[in-house]
Amino acid sequence: MTPVVEVRTLRKVYSIEGGEDVVALRGVDLTIDPGEFVAVMGPSGSGKSTFMHIVGLLDRPTSGAYYFAGHEVSALGADALADLRSRALGFVFQAYNLLPRTTAIENVELPMIYAGVPAATRHRAAMDALDAVGLAKYAQHQPNQLSGGQQQRVAIARSIVNQPQLILADEPTGALDTVSSEDVMTLFRRLNAERGMTVMLVTHEPDVAAHARRLVTFRDGSIVSDEAVREKVLA
Amino acid sequence: MISFTQTLRLALSALIRNRSRSLLTMLGVVIGVAAVIVTVALGTGAKTSVANQINGLGSNLIVVMPGSVQTSGARTGNGGASTLTVADGLAIAKLQGVGSVSPSVNVRTQIVANGQNWQTAATGVAPTFTAVRSWDVASGRFFTQSETDDAAKVVVLGQTVVSALFPDGSSPVGRTVLIKGVPFTVIGTMIAKGQSGGGQDQDDTALIPYTSALERLTGGTTIGSLLVSAVDADHIASVQTQITGLLEQRHGIVGAKSDDFQVRNLQDIAAAASSTASILALLLAAVAGVSLVVGGIGIMNIMLVSVTERTREIGLRVALGARGAAILRQFLIEAVLLSTGGGAIGVVLGVAGAAAIVVFAHWPATVPVTAVLLALAFSAAVGVFFGYWPARKAAALDPIRALRFE
Ligand SMILES: Nc1ncnc2c1ncn2[C@@H]1O[C@H](COP(=O)(O)OP(=O)(O)OP(=O)(O)O)[C@@H](O)[C@H]1O
Ligand SMILES: [Mg+2]
Repeated sequence: MTPVVEVRTLRKVYSIEGGEDVVALRGVDLTIDPGEFVAVMGPSGSGKSTFMHIVGLLDRPTSGAYYFAGHEVSALGADALADLRSRALGFVFQAYNLLPRTTAIENVELPMIYAGVPAATRHRAAMDALDAVGLAKYAQHQPNQLSGGQQQRVAIARSIVNQPQLILADEPTGALDTVSSEDVMTLFRRLNAERGMTVMLVTHEPDVAAHARRLVTFRDGSIVSDEAVREKVLA
Repeated sequence: MISFTQTLRLALSALIRNRSRSLLTMLGVVIGVAAVIVTVALGTGAKTSVANQINGLGSNLIVVMPGSVQTSGARTGNGGASTLTVADGLAIAKLQGVGSVSPSVNVRTQIVANGQNWQTAATGVAPTFTAVRSWDVASGRFFTQSETDDAAKVVVLGQTVVSALFPDGSSPVGRTVLIKGVPFTVIGTMIAKGQSGGGQDQDDTALIPYTSALERLTGGTTIGSLLVSAVDADHIASVQTQITGLLEQRHGIVGAKSDDFQVRNLQDIAAAASSTASILALLLAAVAGVSLVVGGIGIMNIMLVSVTERTREIGLRVALGARGAAILRQFLIEAVLLSTGGGAIGVVLGVAGAAAIVVFAHWPATVPVTAVLLALAFSAAVGVFFGYWPARKAAALDPIRALRFE
C-alpha cells in the first residue's frame, strides 16, 4: 500500500534578517498510510503548523524528501502544487475561513470550482457533503447565520467535497466550546471510519486527540513520540 | 483549471458581496465617462450645425470683400475704404466657371410700416441674388433686371422683418414700407433660412435692388461685397484664382503691394469653423478624459485596499487549489467589471444629459456611436491598467502568511 504521506529528514529553517535562524523542523521522518487518523500534539512553537503547511503543499521544506501518494513533490512547480491541493487535499482551519456573505453551499462548492468540476455535478456533490456533516438544511444559510460549530462543519464539508486523499486540520476545535468540539471530532471520526478518509489534525487538547487512532508528539522541531491511541471508551 | 466564465462568476459575486463599495468605486469612472459623452455630444452637435448652416448659404458661394489680409490671417481694414465696384462684379461675371454674380450693399436702417418700426439691414443686391445664394421667395416675386436698372423702390422682406412689421399675420405683399424714410413697395417675402454659421439671423433682412441702395440710401458707388457662385464645386478654386488675378489687374496692384480685397469661399469658412469646433470638442474630451483617469486611480486605490482586506480570503482560495493565475484573473476581472460597469452607467447618464441639454437648453447635441464605443473601450482599458498592479499583489501573496493574517 502506497503511503499518503512519506517524509524523510524534513528540515525547515526560517532565516530572519538581522537575527539568528529559526529551525522550525529539524529532520522529521513520518509515514501516514491511507485510512489513518493521526493527531499531532506538542507545545507552542514546536513546529506543528509548519509541518502541516509543508505536508499540505502550502510551503516547501528547506531540505529533505516528501513523497505525496508516492510522488516526490519538491520538484513540482507552483501550478502543479495548486492542482494537487485542489484535487488531493482538504484543509480545515481554526478560524473556519468561510467566505462571508456567501451561502454554505456556495462555500462548499468553492474547491470544486478551482478543480474545474462542471456546475451540475458541483451542486450535487456539495449537497452530499453538507448532508454528510448533517447540515443539508442549512445549505442556504450564510456564515453569520450559523454557530461556530456549524461553521466548522461547513468547512469540513468543504474539505471533503473533492474526495481528497488527505484532510489536514490545524486546531479545528481551537475556537469551539466542549460540546461543539465533540460534535466536530465525532464527525471526523465518522468520516475516517465510514468513508476511510485519511485525517491528520493538530490539537492542544488531549480530549480531542483521544478521538484519533495515532498520536504524534512534536517538541522543538522533532517528533518525540509516535504511538497508537487506546480506543476511547464512550460512556 | 478554472474556466473564464467561472472566474467571471467569482469576480461578480465578490463585487456583489461588497455592493455599496463597488458602486462608490465605480463613481469616478461614471462621472468621467458621462462627462466625456456630454462634451463630445455638444462638440459634435456644434460641428454639424455649423456645417449645416454654412452649407445652407450655398456651398459654391465665393465672397469678395474689400480690405486686405495679413499673412497671419488677421483682417485689417475690412469694410474700411471700400474699393469694390459694380464694374468689378460685371467683369467677374464674364470669367470662366462663374455662375452668377450679385453685388451686396449693406445699409443698417429703420424700416417703418403698419405702425411698427424695426431696426434691420437693408441689403442691395442684383436679381441674380436668388441664384447665387440658392434662396427663393416664399410669396410674391423677386425684383427684375429692369427694376434694378430703374433703381425701383421695391423690396423683398426676410421672414423676421415680416413678423416684426406685420405681427397680425397679414400678407405684406403690395404694402408700402419706409426705409430710411423712402417709401418702398413690398413685392415678395423670402423663405425662412434661420441662423448663419456666425449666429446671425439671416431672415432679419430687407432685399432691395443694389442700384436703389446706392442711389437712394447711401449715395455712393462702392459696394460692400460681391457674392459669386461657381457653376459647381470643382470650379471654386479656379474661379477664386481668376478673381484674384482680375481684381489685381483692375485695381493696379503689382509686386509687393498687398491686395485691397479678399476672396473667400464658404467651403474654407466651413472647414475653419468646423475645425475650430473639433479642437474645442477635443479639448473638452481631453479634460473629461483626465477625470476618467482619475476614476481609474480611484479603482486602483480601492482594489489595493481590498487586496489587503481580503488577504485571508486570498490565502484560503490558494489553499483550496487556486493557481496564482486564477487569483490574478479574478482581481483583474473585478477591476475591469468595475470600470466598464462604471463606463456603461456613465454612457447612460451622458446620453441622458445630452438629451436634457437638447430639450432644455436647445443646444444641438448628438452622441456619436464611436464615442460610446470608445468610452467603453477606454474604461475597460482603465480597469486593466489600474487593476493589474493590485491583482499582481493578490496573486503574489504567500498563502501561509495570508492565512495567518489578522
Ligand atoms: N514565517 C516565519 N518566519 C519565521 N519564523 C517562523 C515563521 N513561521 C513560524 N516560525 C517559527 O517556527 C517555529 C514553529 O512555528 P509553528 O507555527 O510551526 O509552531 P506551532 O507548533 O504550530 O505552534 P502553535 O501551537 O502555537 O500553533 C516557531 O518558533 C515560530 O516562531
Ligand atoms: Mg500552530
